[in-house]
Amino acid sequence: MPADAEGQALEIRGLSKSFGRFPALNDVSFAAADKEFLALLGPSGSGKTTLLRVLAGLEQPDAGEVRFRGEDYLAIPARRRRAGMVFQHYALFRHMTVAQNIGFGLKVRPRAERPSRDEIRRRVGELLSLVQLDGLDKRFPAQLSGGQRQRVALARALAIEPRMLLLDEPFGALDAQVRRDLRRWLRELHDRADVTTVFVTHDQEEALDIADRVAILKDGKLIQLGRPQELYDDPASAFVYEFLGAACRLPGMVEAGRLRIGDWTTAAPPGAPSGEVSVYFRPDEVGFGPDGLAAQVRTVSARGPDLRVTCVAEGERLELLARGALPDGVTAGGVARFVPARFQIYPRTA
Amino acid sequence: MTRIRLPGLAPLMLVLVIAIVGLLIVMPLGVVFAVAVSKGLSAYLAAFQDPDAQSAIWLTLQVAAISVPLNAVFGLAAAWAIAKFEFRGKSALMALIDLPFSMSPVVSGLVWVLLFGAQGWFGTWLEDHDIKVIFSTTGIVLATVTVTLPFVARELIPLMQDQGSDEEAAAVTLGAGGFTIFRKITLPNVKWALLYGVLLCNARAMGEFGAVSVVSGKIRGLTNTLPLHIEALYNDYDFVGAFSVASLLAGLGLVTLILKTVLEWRFSSELSVARRR
Repeated sequence: MPADAEGQALEIRGLSKSFGRFPALNDVSFAAADKEFLALLGPSGSGKTTLLRVLAGLEQPDAGEVRFRGEDYLAIPARRRRAGMVFQHYALFRHMTVAQNIGFGLKVRPRAERPSRDEIRRRVGELLSLVQLDGLDKRFPAQLSGGQRQRVALARALAIEPRMLLLDEPFGALDAQVRRDLRRWLRELHDRADVTTVFVTHDQEEALDIADRVAILKDGKLIQLGRPQELYDDPASAFVYEFLGAACRLPGMVEAGRLRIGDWTTAAPPGAPSGEVSVYFRPDEVGFGPDGLAAQVRTVSARGPDLRVTCVAEGERLELLARGALPDGVTAGGVARFVPARFQIYPRTA
Repeated sequence: MTRIRLPGLAPLMLVLVIAIVGLLIVMPLGVVFAVAVSKGLSAYLAAFQDPDAQSAIWLTLQVAAISVPLNAVFGLAAAWAIAKFEFRGKSALMALIDLPFSMSPVVSGLVWVLLFGAQGWFGTWLEDHDIKVIFSTTGIVLATVTVTLPFVARELIPLMQDQGSDEEAAAVTLGAGGFTIFRKITLPNVKWALLYGVLLCNARAMGEFGAVSVVSGKIRGLTNTLPLHIEALYNDYDFVGAFSVASLLAGLGLVTLILKTVLEWRFSSELSVARRR
């Protein structure tokens, strides 16, 4: 498939959509490469599902443009987009068997393009083994487990040989272990198919684990788009930082190139905002020692291989994680000193 | 299901309820059949040999055959619009659909007389064009449709609202067109509920008295439906005849009840009326 001038298969420009007064999407623009696996990550109400439904053709945006593989995608009706969608609650056809569900997209094709009955049966069989559901073809959706339904929904979407695969929180209703297994499996499936995948989730771990790039949305706006490591290392805002994992926040002050938190000072990184700031760091990226920030230790407890140190510094309650032994004196009721190994500085708000 | 033991007063209430049901429902039903055959089987069967009775049966079947499909189509369309789309005035529309349930059937009949009767708004025009609405099958069908309007829609709306439109959306993304989606997704998902609604609608269409009596003119052998024919026989002091024909309607009621119960028992998850329990 020829990508267009910028080498991007999917281009979204200025996409906006409101439901009544509620702006679900607000001027969203980004591009994705062909066969890229893109995750849309955001809290509920951030517009990620609306964006997915616009791509599927189930919603028309109020403004904006979507181009896919050189075509004006919005001008194509939903049924001709060949966008395979997996719905959050699977939306399996309840009165059809598994095989009928998977074969539906082939069976409803116009007569000229419709594969023969035998061909459909063969393709359904292939898809059943692809999603590891051999032998379940005569079951009804109600007779399947959540994970099995999810895989039927995926097989049904893949049956139309989609150019774009759209997944709306596909693992949302499954338990943690099944989620992790399906995640790797889904990624392998994507890599084998000629498809651009857009995956909606509110689970940051899932997004960072599975996607080539992650788009973070909030209140209908695109906040940041980047590869998982880029996002994790350099979150564009305090919101992104907090959303991507456990975060500790302390008030600080940047003056004359120095960052000061309480009685601890260090060189401010280049480009840091000045004045009153919020300093963010991950609870496991701290080093305990004789120097650094002073904190009143409340409790110390074991958490797997780590020690969890609950303490109060600068009036903020922190839960820090220490790997291995703690220095002497770091016990409940004592004072600990620690230095954040890596931190991010954002202007202080409210 | 959790069962609790009935406390002191409950057995008494139960006895009372059973007594009332027996007195007001079972006994009258028994009386209908008892009086019908009180003069022997030949007298019972003779009531159906009467040409007026046969004409009433035929007319009733005709009216049901026209108004029930009309209601099924209307009910499906209304439920589909209400359940799958958002629009202004939706709750007002739902309330209006329910109106025939809360309004006296006589009113539903009278409006048609007011519109199409000889002294009605369109009466002269209809007369000039030699079209007969009131005192004809057309009028009886109109009145019957009005009275039975809510049956199918009310059964389908909650079920379709519950099912949402995700399956239809999925079918669109898989390449299906609007008609295919309706035929292969929407309709099969509500088929038992539709049958349930049709069943109740039919029982009411065949048994409707009030609205039909206003528009029919009660011309024997011509515009009398079964309930009107029964009334005519009764007024003639032909009790055996009246009760014999009444036993037919009572039988229809019993058959409807059995079918309804079978549906509720077998397809409870696909009926909204059973799910509400």
